[in-house]
Parts: sequence; C-alpha cells; structure tokens
Amino acid sequence: MTKISLTVNGKSVSAEVEPRTLLVQFLREKLLLTGTHVGCDTSQCGACVVHVDGSAVKSCTMLAVQADGARVTTIEGIAQGGVLHPMQEAFREHHGLQCGFCTPGMIMSALDMVNRLGPILDESAIRENLDGNLCRCTGYHNIVKAIAAGAAAMGANPTRAAAE
Amino acid sequence: MYAFDYQRPSFSQDAVSMMRSLEEPKLLAGGQTLLPTLKQRLAQPGTLVDLSRIPDLSGISVAGDVLRIGAMTRHAEVATSDLVHAHSPALAELAGMIGDPAVRNRGTIGGSLANNDPSADYPAAALALGATLVTDRRRLAASDFFRGLFETALEEDELILAVEFPKSGPAAYRKFRNPASRYAMAGVFVVRGADGVRVAVTGVGQEGVFRWKEAEAALTARFAPDALEGIALDPHTAMSDLHGDGAYRAQLTKVMARRAVEAIGG
Ligand SMILES: Cc1cc2nc3c(=O)[nH]c(=O)nc-3n(C[C@H](O)[C@H](O)[C@H](O)COP(=O)(O)OP(=O)(O)OC[C@H]3O[C@@H](n4cnc5c(N)ncnc54)[C@H](O)[C@@H]3O)c2cc1C
Ligand code: FES
Ligand code: FES
Repeated sequence: MTKISLTVNGKSVSAEVEPRTLLVQFLREKLLLTGTHVGCDTSQCGACVVHVDGSAVKSCTMLAVQADGARVTTIEGIAQGGVLHPMQEAFREHHGLQCGFCTPGMIMSALDMVNRLGPILDESAIRENLDGNLCRCTGYHNIVKAIAAGAAAMGANPTRAAAE
Repeated sequence: MYAFDYQRPSFSQDAVSMMRSLEEPKLLAGGQTLLPTLKQRLAQPGTLVDLSRIPDLSGISVAGDVLRIGAMTRHAEVATSDLVHAHSPALAELAGMIGDPAVRNRGTIGGSLANNDPSADYPAAALALGATLVTDRRRLAASDFFRGLFETALEEDELILAVEFPKSGPAAYRKFRNPASRYAMAGVFVVRGADGVRVAVTGVGQEGVFRWKEAEAALTARFAPDALEGIALDPHTAMSDLHGDGAYRAQLTKVMARRAVEAIGG
C-alpha cells in the first residue's frame, strides 16, 4: 500500500491505496464520487474525464498514486451550492444528453476546452476537441450546441466560469 | 491489472539505479500506452518507476540551432510551445494531432519514442528531422534508434532524458487518422533540407517507421506534388490488417506525401 494525499473538489483527502488502483476506482469506490463514469476502460470513450491540476485526463488511464499531491476536480465539484455550473445548465437547456452516461466526461472535457481556447468556440473546434469523448445516444449535435452555449455563458459571467 | 510496487524517484540517476536493482522494473511516463497494456495483463512488472517527478526530464529549450525537449514533456506542451512553433512548426502541429486532448495532456515524447509503435507519430518526425536521443549513457541518432516493431536500441535499464532536434528547412506532416484510435493509418513527414529532401513514413511499414528513399530522390530532383506521380510504395512491404490492406496503405502514403509537399509549397 502507498499513502497518497490530494485535493478532490477542494477538500483534502489522504488514503492508503494499492499502487494498481486507478484514479477512477479511487474516486468511485473509495470516495464514492460515482459521477465519474467508466464507459470503456480502454482509454477511448472519455466518460471518465476529470481535471488533474487543471487539465482534462482520462481517470481510467492514470493511477491514483500518480495523483498524489494533485488537485482533482470531478463533475461533483463544479456546481456551487445547488446551482448548476453554466456548462451543466447549457447541457440541460440544449438537451445535450439522453441516457446521460457520457455527460460527466463531456462536461469536464468541455470545461477543459474553454480553459484552453476561451469562451468563443465554433462548431468545428468543438467537434475536433471532442475526439476523445464518445456518445452512443445523441448523435453529438446537441452536445456541440450545449458546449457552444455553455462556453458563451461562461464568457458572459466570468465569476462562474472557473471549473475549480 | 496484476499487482506491482511503485517508486517515484526525484533524480534520473536514481531511476537508472532502480532499473538495475529492482526485480522486473518498468519505467512509467504518461502511462497512455503502458497502463492500457497492464490492464490487458500483457505485462507483469514488479515495480513501476514513475518518472513524473524528476524535474530535469521535462521542459523545452533552444540552444543555438538545437531544440531540446525533455523526455517527460507532454504532447500538449509541445503542441502549444512558442519555442517549438518558432523552431519546428511541423513538430508542434504533429504533437497536436496525437490522440485526443486528454491523451495529449498525459502522453510524453519520451514514452512515445521508447515505445516505437509502428503507427505512432513522433517516430516519423524524429527520423525525418534527424533528431538525437539523449539517454543517461549516450547519444543516439534517430536512424540508429528505431529497430523494428516496438523495438529500439535502448538497453533494458536505459533512460531517455531528452530529444534534440536540429533546425531544419521547411517541413510538414500529414496524417490520415484511423477514425477510431486516432493513430496514423499513414503519416508522412517531409523536410525540404539544404542537402536534400527527407521523407519519413509511419503507420505503414511492417518494420515500423522508415524513410521512403524513392520519394526523397524524386522530390530532391524536383520539389512538387506531381513529382511523386511515377513512383509507388510496394504494397507487400506495407502493413495489412483489419483497418486497411497493404495496397490501401501504400496509396494512402502517396496521398499524404503529396499533401505534405503541397503544405510546404512545392
Ligand atoms: C486513446 C489513445 C489514442 C492515442 N493516439 C495516438 C496517436 O494518434 N498517435 C500517437 O503517436 N500516439 C497515440 N497514443 C499513444 C500516446 O501518444 C502515448 O502517450 C505514447 O505512445 C506513450 O507515451 P507515454 O508517456 O504515455 O508512455 P508510457 O505509456 O508511460 O510508456 C510507454 C513505454 O515507454 C517506456 N518509457 C517511457 N518513458 C521512457 C523514457 N524516458 N526512457 C525510456 N523508456 C521510457 C515505458 O517503460 C513503456 O514501455 C494514443 C493513446 C491513447 C490512449
Ligand atoms: S472509461 Fe476511461 S476512456 Fe472510457
Ligand atoms: S447521452 Fe447516452 S452516451 Fe451520451
């Protein structure tokens, strides 16, 4: 077992983990943060995307021990006091989900996109940057619309823009 | 995944000592290839030696005409680095075409080169640009480094510290991505140097990345997209799998080469 200490959604967490524990297993099974999903477990689908030190990573393809000392943000960490984050609100408003399985990863990838590229995102940039996120339901159109709208809302209201 | 131990050295020399003293050690860089391999139980290391907290291994610098990229530098950093854009814009563009954003945030140039996947992108750049791999014990020219499918000149306990790229003439990389995996079905890196044209091809060769000498000769004689018209890659030397047969990949190679030449401006 290896001892790790990290910050998850703003709270300090310490735990003993087996080195082979994946970050996603640690989040879901130890911390019971089950919003982060495992869709493929083969690094393809992006349902498991979380932010580590501010950038999007596939938490099924990172060990919990590698996150020692890091700042992790999951889908549970972005709403504030019961008010949805503008990106979450945009997914609801634009019907950017059906079964919802891919949605946590989509939203965390969308926030990473805004962090990197700013709040004005055109359709082709959004589609290109969703390369690592698969959805089996929506056909993507409404996800793309939701991300454009959510990004614009973040730009219009910068105090609610930060994901962490 | 089988169980393993975990070590996180702070100095590259300690990583090398661990590679010598531990049972069945394996270096861990970004984990974007190694962790999927471990999940499939295709390897059973005793200890993973995590390179991520060795400060000397990451970072990008330019000294004279040489661009130096630390082994642990993530693809995303290479893709967005001003230094790389100024020195070797085609290299920055290539890094931005690897996988997807989350993979680029973790995967490293050292891990990609050490892995030498026959469909990986960086090997084409290293070979075409005449890169030098700096390890803990020697300097290896890219032309001596790649030794076939997933094979390199690295010794069991050898650590890549950095990769050095000399300043080149105009260059471009064009890749036809496998739509599912994003790896190259055919990726062609063309450099128009003072001493001739170099063309490196990935995703195609049965022995991994290679220089397409015929295309180099044709383009050195006349640098124009249609200079490639009369030549063809032998389909029997091209990989054939469920994603595409040899003839398809050979044709795709020519198309990507032509597009790279067009991008440079022939
Ligand atoms: C969904 C997905 C899509 C991808 N698409 C592409 C793509 O389009 N193009 C592409 O080129 N790649 C692609 N990759 C692979 C990605 O670029 C990997 O990051 C890369 O191949 C390996 O780098 P890593 O840092 O993750 O290394 P790791 O997985 O940590 O290590 C890989 C191997 O290299 C060894 N190693 C690592 N660092 C060193 C070092 N400094 N010295 C000596 N040995 C070392 C390790 O021991 C291991 O054997 C993709 C990966 C995924 C998961
Ligand atoms: S579960 Fe991690 S990429 Fe699919
Ligand atoms: S909404 Fe069902 S997988 Fe995307």
